Amino acid sequence: MTPSNTPSGRRHLLGINGLAPQEIVDLLDRAETAVAISRRPDKKNSVLKGRTQINLFFEASTRTQASFEIAGKRLGADVMNMSVANSSVKKGETLIDTAMTLNAMQPDILIVRHHAAGAVALLAQKVACSVVNAGDGQHEHPTQALLDALTIRRHKGKIERLTVAICGDVLHSRVARSNILLLNALGARVRVVAPSTLLPSGIEKMGVEVFHRMEDGLAGADVVMMLRLQRERMEGAFVPSVREYFRYFGLDGEKLRAAKPDALVMHPGPMNRGVEIASDIADGPQSVIEEQVEMGVAVRMAVIEALVSHNGEPR
Amino acid sequence: MIAAASNSDNAPLVVENVRVLDPSRGIDEVGTLIAADGSILEAGRGAANQGAPDGARRIDGSGLLAIPGLVDARVFIGEPGGEHRETIRSASRAAAAGGVTSILTMPDTNPVVDDVAIAQFVMRTARETAIVNVFPAAAMTRGLQGREMTELGLLKHAGVPAFTDGQHTIENPALFRRIMTYARDLDALIMHETQDADLTGRGVMNEGLLASWLGLPGAPGEAEIIPLERDLRLAALTRCRYHAAKISLAESARVLRVAKDKGVRASGGVSINHVTLNENDIGEYRTFFRLSPPLRGEEDRLAMVEALRDGTIDILVSSHDPQDADGKRRPFAEAEAGAIGLETLLAGALRLYHSGDIPLMRLIETVTSAPAGLLGLDRGTLQAGRPADFALIDLDAPFLFDETMIRSKSKNTVFENALFQGRVEKTFVAGREVFSAESDKDAKP
Repeated sequence: MTPSNTPSGRRHLLGINGLAPQEIVDLLDRAETAVAISRRPDKKNSVLKGRTQINLFFEASTRTQASFEIAGKRLGADVMNMSVANSSVKKGETLIDTAMTLNAMQPDILIVRHHAAGAVALLAQKVACSVVNAGDGQHEHPTQALLDALTIRRHKGKIERLTVAICGDVLHSRVARSNILLLNALGARVRVVAPSTLLPSGIEKMGVEVFHRMEDGLAGADVVMMLRLQRERMEGAFVPSVREYFRYFGLDGEKLRAAKPDALVMHPGPMNRGVEIASDIADGPQSVIEEQVEMGVAVRMAVIEALVSHNGEPR
Repeated sequence: MIAAASNSDNAPLVVENVRVLDPSRGIDEVGTLIAADGSILEAGRGAANQGAPDGARRIDGSGLLAIPGLVDARVFIGEPGGEHRETIRSASRAAAAGGVTSILTMPDTNPVVDDVAIAQFVMRTARETAIVNVFPAAAMTRGLQGREMTELGLLKHAGVPAFTDGQHTIENPALFRRIMTYARDLDALIMHETQDADLTGRGVMNEGLLASWLGLPGAPGEAEIIPLERDLRLAALTRCRYHAAKISLAESARVLRVAKDKGVRASGGVSINHVTLNENDIGEYRTFFRLSPPLRGEEDRLAMVEALRDGTIDILVSSHDPQDADGKRRPFAEAEAGAIGLETLLAGALRLYHSGDIPLMRLIETVTSAPAGLLGLDRGTLQAGRPADFALIDLDAPFLFDETMIRSKSKNTVFENALFQGRVEKTFVAGREVFSAESDKDAKP
């Protein structure tokens, strides 16, 4: 977030970094309203009637793109999906050229996912509308952290002083970075549990306690947040094998017993069942994984509405 | 060589009342500098007694510092093959404005400077278009591929003062050993950047907390240190003259010091960027600060400054590396590495003098007589009889370096809008004025 933006009048959501705790709480409160709207038979709202939202995904993502699309539509905006993975960007058009082109179409908000860290912020500098970071490389994924926080708060009534264990491939995870920032901002105790090959350099200075054994890291935890391990990292490059990874770091019933009996089990999806999480745990009574998807729509409605409604004046 | 417009091109030159600082002779005194026929007649306190030659152009040097023209031993240029980024001509104008009178150009061009014909093309183009001295370094492996040795002997005979694979690191130690062994017979200088490709991986900045928060892949310092240690052992084995071209870490300086103390014929260089900036300057993905080696932490920067002061590191270079806007206006990890630096090498270096970190004599030595000595050039000195390459500096004049001042074809400076103290007033090459801050002002719109 650019420091020049006042807390109440932000134009972009580029990361959790730089958000004041109160701003996070405000967004979560706003999202509660969106949950209620989404549960009505008539979900259509007209607050963003006539506004244009463009989903610009340089990296394929069915789930997040659908979530943002539904969020925009429930607010009454006209939503357009740009699948850039196979368009002119592949033919050499630069990110900035793409930004300028889209900007000329006068959108009110761009939802951007890109494979390079910092790319969304770079694009935001070149456009006149609001920009939401839907994931940039290994940097941040702020709406995921917000939806995780909303899910936790609805179950536990608070975030403060909860112990949250983030487990798995922290090194490559933008979800982990955004969550570490948000949970710390709201006063949670954050742990990471992973083999050292999957932890970033300097992790011990990122505001977390570091564990290398699930039994230790999950002991007394209120929330167990699993991360996805990508297939190309499973076999020999970062961990020896799927079998060994699941044995030591996959969440199963035995390891989960170390956490509090009412601990929440979370996963940002899509899951690798049998790699980072056992099927019976993913579908078990402590799992809130499906609810996370529902909260995703609500949080994105809150973010889009908050940003666009501050851009009231026609340009 | 085309000289800047001046009526007194061939006239003798007398700079009076000037502070003459010449590290090659260890003098720092107010005196006179006299040049004629392209050479220094005398520079220093004693010169006043010599009297001015007939018809000499007189310059009042009151309040100015006369130093040997800078010798920049690491300059990347786009010609041949990338003239849209920089030509030999444009680089030479940037150099002149920065008080740099000799540049060693890197072979990373297209085609690569890996045979005599290409080296001669660079020398010929320089003779026809450049206003400073241009010396091409040649590749030590064909096409910078790290597989076959180039014709080191023929190239050296053609006037190539040093060999380097530019930004490439030779992986194969057996090949590198043979190159060093062969180079020793020729007494040729081998300059090498050490970046282990596998350890660096996709790394685009210094590995550590900052990279982790930015979500950028980091390159560990060991990627620089491990091949450097290997090279120093091979240099000890082969007794070749080995130069670590661009080191950036405290530990690299330490291993270089150990090798020197053991008698290895090794030397080291550091770029101006790594003594004036650190990784925090990257801020929010500022691609102009994407460099190779990457900017390091403040402790490493301080260690580089100290190593430069105490002589562990021998020379300071600009590592001038022009990149066009398209190469830099990208997400950080996808942007080209490198920054221009010819125009800011001296001004940046003077920060270390003004801050009290490095005495002026030593600082100027690292950009004049030290690189000239390393490359075997008769430059970088104000000694009588040598080419009259020198710069007149207003040591205390403050100035703001903004984009409109950049003469390089590319604008990728890490010093945009930086405040400097110490301005080049005039630059002379072989007694001819090739830059003047005064006439430059008039020339600019």
